[in-house]
Amino acid sequence: MLTLQFIPYFEIENLTPQKRIKKILDLVKTDRIIMLEGRLRKEEEAELIQKTMEEINEAFTGIELQVIESDKKEQALLTKIKTNLANILLGNRQGMTIIGPANIIKEIKRDPDKIELLTKEFKVKKRTRKSTKKK
Amino acid sequence: MINILKNFINKVIKDLFKKKKHIKLGLYGPPNGGKTTLANRICQDWLGEEMGKVSNMAHETREIQIKEQINIKSKGKELSFNLVDTPGIATKIDYEEFLKHGMKEKEAKQRAKEATKGVIDSIAWLDNMDAVIVVLDSTIDPYSQVNITIIGNLEARKIPVLIVGNKIDLKKSNMKKLESAFPQYNIVGISAKYGKGMEQFYEALYVLAG
Repeated sequence: MLTLQFIPYFEIENLTPQKRIKKILDLVKTDRIIMLEGRLRKEEEAELIQKTMEEINEAFTGIELQVIESDKKEQALLTKIKTNLANILLGNRQGMTIIGPANIIKEIKRDPDKIELLTKEFKVKKRTRKSTKKK
Repeated sequence: MINILKNFINKVIKDLFKKKKHIKLGLYGPPNGGKTTLANRICQDWLGEEMGKVSNMAHETREIQIKEQINIKSKGKELSFNLVDTPGIATKIDYEEFLKHGMKEKEAKQRAKEATKGVIDSIAWLDNMDAVIVVLDSTIDPYSQVNITIIGNLEARKIPVLIVGNKIDLKKSNMKKLESAFPQYNIVGISAKYGKGMEQFYEALYVLAG
């Protein structure tokens, strides 16, 4: 059975980067697919990959990761400035991050408008329109 | 007068070192994009020797490889750099994938272990780079999160980036898709294996390191 878990941003907001990554990896290692509100910082994404590598063994072969971002090109300049400022101060809550165990997810394909999540047991096409209209 | 002379000498010395400056130029990207093939092409072009072993199996390069003092010259321009070839960055490594290439289980597990360490080292080395060439396979989907994470981390560290779309000799190569995925970057299409597009690549390299 496929388990999807939504994590609202406030659940990780006050955690240190190490604790955020640990929380995500602990959940993914229990065969859950995480849908995290917003995204990690770029450095945290790199650290998540490093920590994943440290934990790889025969049972846990790694993660599949994909971020769906809002389309900044369509935003007005003032909105962009506001968004960037909010991201610096409060963290990036825009878009969504999907993280799942590689033993369940075969691939997360992304093209500009949709995301396809392909599982290993059976193929599930999960189409999510980008949340570009959020302002 | 003495001060003017002193400043002039300082400027000459500074310019001299500026021209001779050795930058650390990193080759980054996901596995099997052709980083080592490109490293070999650069080394063959300017040193007459190869840098590392290449194969069709992912994670052939599992340790950081450095070739020091590569000097390239063309059309009156000169560039000196240490080339750092890094293991491919991935989010998953399954030893069973190596078994499909005919590897024995023990050997495959060892390769997987070394590959995970290679990924950790590649990311740790990001901070040591002066400029980076991100080598992507132009025949596959460029929207992978690994590509976005690598480029995003370079951007966050303010490290100059040149994106190379490799394997343009293959029918499936789609440079337009690559360009639309990273519109804010300079992207050069090459075939490192056959040396196609290398002139434009070296031109872009001067700009990157300039």
